[in-house]
Amino acid sequence: MRDFSYLRASSADEARQAALQAGSVLLAGGTTLLDLAKCGVMEPETVIDITHLSGLGGITVDAGGATIGALAKMGEVADHAGIRAAFPAVSESLSLAASAQLRNMATIGGNLLQRTRCSYFREPDVFPACHKRNPGSGCSALGGVTRNHAVLGTSDACIASYPGDLAVALVAFDAVVEVGGRTVSVDDFFLLPGNTPERETVLERGEMITAVTVPASAAAKNSTYLKVRDRQSYEFAAASAAVGLEFEADGKTVRDIRVALGGVATKPWRARNVEQALVGKVLSPETVEAASRLAMEGAVSHGANHYKIELAPRVVARAILKVGGLA
Amino acid sequence: MTIMEPRKHGDASDGTVGGRQTRFEGNLKVTGGATYALEYPLDGLAYAILVQSTIPAGRVVKVDAEKALAAPGVLMVLTPDDDMGLLVASDWGGNRPENQPYYPLPRQVQYNGQSIAAVVAESREQAVEAARLICITYEKAPHVAGFDDVAAGEGKVMDNLTSEWGDAETALAAAPVQIEGEYSTPREYHVAMEPHGLTVKWDGDRITVWEPSQWSHGMARSYSEWFGIPYENVRLVSPFIGGGFGSKGAALAHGAVAAFASRKLGRPVKLALTRPQNFTNYGGRAATRQRIKIGATEDGILQAIVHRGASETSTYADWPEQTGAATPILYRIENFSSQHRVVPVNTVTPGALRGPGKNPSAFGIESAMEELAYKLGMDPLELRLKNYADHDYQSGKPWSTRRLREALTEGAEAFGWSRRSHEPRSMRDGKTLIGWGIGCGTFPVIQAPSEAMIRILRNGRVEVVSGAIDMGQGTYTILAQTAAEVFGIPVDQVEVHLGDSRLPGAAIAGGSMLAGSILGAVHKAATAARDELIGLALNDEKSPLRDTGANTLTFSGGRIAAPRDQGPSLTLSELMAALGRDEIEILRNTLPDGATAQEQHQAWTSMAKIQGPTMGEYSMHSWCAHFAEVRVDEDFGTVRVSRIVSAFDCGRLYNPRLVESQWRGGIIMGIGQALLEEGLVDQRNGRTVNSNMGDYLVPTNADVPHIEVISVGIPDYGASALGGKGVGEVGIVGVAPAIANAVFHATGKRVRDLPITLEKLI
Ligand SMILES: Cc1cc2nc3c(=O)[nH]c(=O)nc-3n(C[C@H](O)[C@H](O)[C@H](O)COP(=O)(O)OP(=O)(O)OC[C@H]3O[C@@H](n4cnc5c(N)ncnc54)[C@H](O)[C@@H]3O)c2cc1C
Ligand code: SF4
Repeated sequence: MRDFSYLRASSADEARQAALQAGSVLLAGGTTLLDLAKCGVMEPETVIDITHLSGLGGITVDAGGATIGALAKMGEVADHAGIRAAFPAVSESLSLAASAQLRNMATIGGNLLQRTRCSYFREPDVFPACHKRNPGSGCSALGGVTRNHAVLGTSDACIASYPGDLAVALVAFDAVVEVGGRTVSVDDFFLLPGNTPERETVLERGEMITAVTVPASAAAKNSTYLKVRDRQSYEFAAASAAVGLEFEADGKTVRDIRVALGGVATKPWRARNVEQALVGKVLSPETVEAASRLAMEGAVSHGANHYKIELAPRVVARAILKVGGLA
Repeated sequence: MTIMEPRKHGDASDGTVGGRQTRFEGNLKVTGGATYALEYPLDGLAYAILVQSTIPAGRVVKVDAEKALAAPGVLMVLTPDDDMGLLVASDWGGNRPENQPYYPLPRQVQYNGQSIAAVVAESREQAVEAARLICITYEKAPHVAGFDDVAAGEGKVMDNLTSEWGDAETALAAAPVQIEGEYSTPREYHVAMEPHGLTVKWDGDRITVWEPSQWSHGMARSYSEWFGIPYENVRLVSPFIGGGFGSKGAALAHGAVAAFASRKLGRPVKLALTRPQNFTNYGGRAATRQRIKIGATEDGILQAIVHRGASETSTYADWPEQTGAATPILYRIENFSSQHRVVPVNTVTPGALRGPGKNPSAFGIESAMEELAYKLGMDPLELRLKNYADHDYQSGKPWSTRRLREALTEGAEAFGWSRRSHEPRSMRDGKTLIGWGIGCGTFPVIQAPSEAMIRILRNGRVEVVSGAIDMGQGTYTILAQTAAEVFGIPVDQVEVHLGDSRLPGAAIAGGSMLAGSILGAVHKAATAARDELIGLALNDEKSPLRDTGANTLTFSGGRIAAPRDQGPSLTLSELMAALGRDEIEILRNTLPDGATAQEQHQAWTSMAKIQGPTMGEYSMHSWCAHFAEVRVDEDFGTVRVSRIVSAFDCGRLYNPRLVESQWRGGIIMGIGQALLEEGLVDQRNGRTVNSNMGDYLVPTNADVPHIEVISVGIPDYGASALGGKGVGEVGIVGVAPAIANAVFHATGKRVRDLPITLEKLI
């Protein structure tokens, strides 16, 4: 790891100012940053510690929704009674993520900004070609080991999947990222790779996430996060789904439904086509299965990740049936 | 290292052989008091790191280290241009080519990830950063990424592993029922918690190496031979090991590099392999494939087995992962044919990993047996019992003991096997398919000579001294129990010193052979020391026991007395004081009487004196039967093991608590092997791309179900002096097929290539 200087910011403004410098990065829980610094992927010159800043933590939940400070810990949010009651999918996405030790360290802001687990991205010495790391250098994953790569939202330049769980739940419920002065919906916050896979979010140099807000909804209250993987714990999703559902008064016709997918796409993936296919319909295993298949519209496999195209709709269907009381 | 404070729970009998004494060193380990090889604080330490090749085959043409040498803190860069003046050391058999130079950083690149340079600096971070400034020019050569690569070819037959009797092909062709399947296992790795590495220091031409080791004497010999110094000048210290699983039995290139750097710099050097380097600097279990054909009668009597196996090896050494190791001995079989090939590919030479050979072999034969059972429409348990081997058909010898029948029947009883429904997909819980499967396992009893010293001290304590290793399996504890029993004293009156090549010689902690070997030596030395004490007590004029008229003495409850209570009873310390002795020291070994010093040295530092399982009158093995229950999500293909019952015949258990832990540990590794573990190789450059613990998955606690283990063994005094058979490795053997068989029972899908990941079931 390269030597870097360490700055303990005394205020959010100072942190932002310092982060304007090229080579400067913010340090929250450090579980992504230090990991990538050790792999030689991130080479910060200055690390700006924001962990002690006040006003960036805290979780509040009221009738309108939840506000989660950027420095709130994954574990805290997962266990928060208000979050669990109003946004079960958010809580579950966190408690099924990483390990207890990581959840105690890692923050919500850092969590959104975690980087892909593409093995090629993480090994610069052996695989110099990676557009995401080094624009224009190529993509080592294409033609390589692609079991965990994305099938949705890929481009010729990059097929890396977005690995996080929380953002999948957030995108389903129209959460908003607060970035100092401006707010951006989670859906817009993350960018498709296109020809610029090095640009993963709309965050500009010197910007800091201060909070995430999630509007309350009946669908969010009746929601779940289903994560499927080979190992029972401590593994990224092979495919996951965040789903919320609100019935009409008849208790069977869909008034509002939210569906988002994880582990299969280059960004947290809202499946609006699945939602549209089900709104106004009476929920049944058949309608759900047919609609869930729409989630894979436009999916492309790259060899070993082919199974995701089969798996993901099944995960979506199970999650919908679960919140619909049918599974 | 001295371990003095045993944690004892339970009754007094826990402290004797066969008792459930808790681990002597457990307290030290969980409180952080145990110092591991990379934690020795030495003054003036320099830090070495390795630079690995990024191509799979070719030559290093040039290493440009100018920038690295100019980087802050850098002390030295070693490259293929440096002739370290080392000589090749002996192989495991003790054979050594004469005066052949040894290059731990070779110019020839044989695999991606091979060490080709090293950087030494004042701090590890400085070394790592400088390493990135090194510019290497290669001349590339074509490579073979794995044995499925067309360029790999068929490889070569290992003649010494061919086994034939009867007329297998003819009997197979004539058999009314036949099955055939190809089974494969991927590259698997040890993933010990403690990485490889060492701290090393020279004093003149004497060297001390703190390095995790499964074999202090064997590894010390390598250092002495590399550097051309007398064996006595090497001290290898390894009191604690954070897991070895077969990977820490031999000194490796990085050890030579660190030792050379230390000598050249005149400073102690520490070198720790990174986690990824723990996947490439020494070999894991080779990838294997095997084709098995079985012929049987309509009522399930085996007629013939034809087995053809292959495993990957490197381009510079032959390491066979013997797929036919368990195949010939599990069942009664009159016509048998087995052949194994090794296929050279551009990989580090594979190595021993818990249950080498037997493990993939059992995956093949135990999967095939269940395929046969289903073809016959027969209960797989019944098929196994029907073909029970009354003796070893391969060697023709009788078993020393073989309680595999009891393992199968008692395991089945505890598991509730009789409640099984035969048809696949016939047991479910909503979307969850449930399946049950059996897998048998075996591991040979290997015997090796060992040596031990017993010291009776004036304060009444007894010391057991041996260079043997405790890597978590319980050597400290069972040696203390053995001595405690001989002297009739509580275990906490015993001190055990282990893990130092300067202490008496011992077998490797590998091949499940250490306990059987070292216990024999400790028992012999302790008995001799007791006899010496008895002799003194009955004859020395200062002894209060001299006038009792007894011709022997009893040792029990911490006291020494004449057998029929005539005269006084004394504690050890009272007797030593009365005799005016400071200590009684006895060294004994289990070599034949009259072994020369040279023979003794050879016995502790090579495998030359090892006795295989059929070298005597009997065929000697440990046995087990695993019963697994899996739950498979019908839609997602995810497999969870929900229950395991395993019954073992490992002869007499010296400490059931520790044995059970070893069995469970093996079973847990088997779960990983069955469901998760696989080295993924990029075919384009032969690199293992998941060489880290985030991507190479081993089971977490959440993946481990309740595991019930049962002992059905009886003492086997042919197998070892105290009646035990090996326990360390047999536990993993047979787990993967039990799970694969359960997955078939649950889903109707037969997965013949490990691991059984979800995409294979959807
Ligand atoms: C072994 C392992 C397994 C994991 N498994 C999972 C999993 O299953 N599911 C899952 O979702 N995640 C998983 N993770 C990822 C983990 O959740 C993230 O590493 C963690 O959430 C990052 O948070 P942090 O606070 O440590 O971020 P840091 O490492 O401190 O920061 C990450 C990045 O975000 C930037 N940053 C941090 N805070 C802010 C802010 N307020 N404003 C702007 N920029 C900021 C930093 O500069 C840095 O670039 C895993 C991680 C590891 C190491
Ligand atoms: S998939 Fe994306 S991150 Fe991975 S190597 Fe290709 S460009 Fe880099």
